[in-house]
Amino acid sequence: MSPRASSSFATALRCRECHREFPLEPIYVCDFCFGPLEVAYDYEAMRKSVTRESIERGPLSVWRYADLLPCDRERAVDIQAGFTPLIKAQRLGEELGLRHLYLKNDCANPTWSFKDRVVTVAATKAREFGFDTLACASTGNLANSVSAHAARAGMEAIVFIPSDLEAAKIVGSSIYGPTLVAVDGSYDDVNRLCSELAGKYPWAFVNVNMRPYYAEGSKTLGYEVAEQLGWRAPDHCIAPMASGSLYVKIWKGLQELAKLWLIDSVHTKMSGAQASGCSPIVTAWRSETPDIRPVRPNTIAKSLAIGNPADGYYALGVLGESGGHGVAVDDDEIVEGIQLLARTEGIFAETAGGVVISGLKRLAESGKVGRDEVVVAFITGAGLKTQEAVVDALAPPLHIQPTIASFEEAHGERRKIESARAAP
Amino acid sequence: MAKQRVKFTFPQDLITIPVIYELGKQYNIVTNIRRADVTEDRGWVVLEMEGELEEIERGLAWVAAQGVRVDPVQGDIVEG
Repeated sequence: MSPRASSSFATALRCRECHREFPLEPIYVCDFCFGPLEVAYDYEAMRKSVTRESIERGPLSVWRYADLLPCDRERAVDIQAGFTPLIKAQRLGEELGLRHLYLKNDCANPTWSFKDRVVTVAATKAREFGFDTLACASTGNLANSVSAHAARAGMEAIVFIPSDLEAAKIVGSSIYGPTLVAVDGSYDDVNRLCSELAGKYPWAFVNVNMRPYYAEGSKTLGYEVAEQLGWRAPDHCIAPMASGSLYVKIWKGLQELAKLWLIDSVHTKMSGAQASGCSPIVTAWRSETPDIRPVRPNTIAKSLAIGNPADGYYALGVLGESGGHGVAVDDDEIVEGIQLLARTEGIFAETAGGVVISGLKRLAESGKVGRDEVVVAFITGAGLKTQEAVVDALAPPLHIQPTIASFEEAHGERRKIESARAAP
Repeated sequence: MAKQRVKFTFPQDLITIPVIYELGKQYNIVTNIRRADVTEDRGWVVLEMEGELEEIERGLAWVAAQGVRVDPVQGDIVEG
């Protein structure tokens, strides 16, 4: 594997702990202290080249921000990820008592989740490095996106899944033709195996040896929100936290725009939401300790079920620096959050969206989000992938005979029940 | 010879037990600590182990059996 020259402004990989620098190669931990590596850029040069106008002339995808990413736009593995809608949520805002609430709807990505943002960058970088295989370990969204991008790039895909994963979740990956490997064993066993495989085989494992590049894709959420608000940072963001990477990179994206003089200084409070059944970051934040204690996940929010979050420590840093809040909600609230979002705004989110909406509800009720703040809630994946989470909470269809009388009887009964439920 | 980078997370009741010393003594493994943070009630250590792969795997199984959580240094790899 030999890295080829790239047109990007990325200059090195830098250790987030000891700040030593390394060449832009497919590596992910510092050789010295084993700290995680992050892409460093030449912001001075970037500032001379990047303007609001140059971005606005770009494609309606994450690649309009190619100059702020660590790879070459001309060779992008592109299935049109990003530039998803930012929607003013009038009805949900009224329910929550928020006058300026917006929803960043990442359900609108090609494989229906924000993972397309990170995988398009990882796949592009993998191809630049000369890899011919993309790999990942996933229970859902990441597997879908890796499989789709590998298909687009003409690369092999190897996707590791737990052997007890439901068939419906496999289809969203297997349709693109990857090699799916179902691993017997616990969640920890799958983690350990994949760590060893990533060290043994010459694959681009998107969230292992590609992780410094992969994570940069999430910055585009911050860029887009600022651009869509008319080149300004929101007052308050609330995002789901799994590994913590998405949450941290939204903040980094906003900071970079300010550094490039594309927006004014960033005053955004960054709040992060987790499910109570897997909330190591929120637990540490509440305890005011920098130590993330790993947990065994037990929640319906499978896409957030990361018990040992790689970026948890850095997420705590952003919570503290920005003055945001950590919030954890239980499984019943997650379902209620999904339903609330669907019935007020017509968006069917997966469980992570339920975590965000219920978390926002809690923060609004306790006054931690201000009524007049410009608030952005990040909806990171679509609900059709996690139908099992809500199916029992939904009203069944009305069964009628093919007559008007039958319809009116059944419909009247249903309305009576609904009225009784709505009565105080 | 193989090398493996891991993170040990210690529960409070194991903080005072010399687990890494015992690991090197009981198994033919060289341990090399790169980062750590240990206080009186909790602790984690990031280290590299060098030895035969089977010996490393046996050693890690022993560490886990003591009640220490063993993870890859990069955190969880399985994502949603």
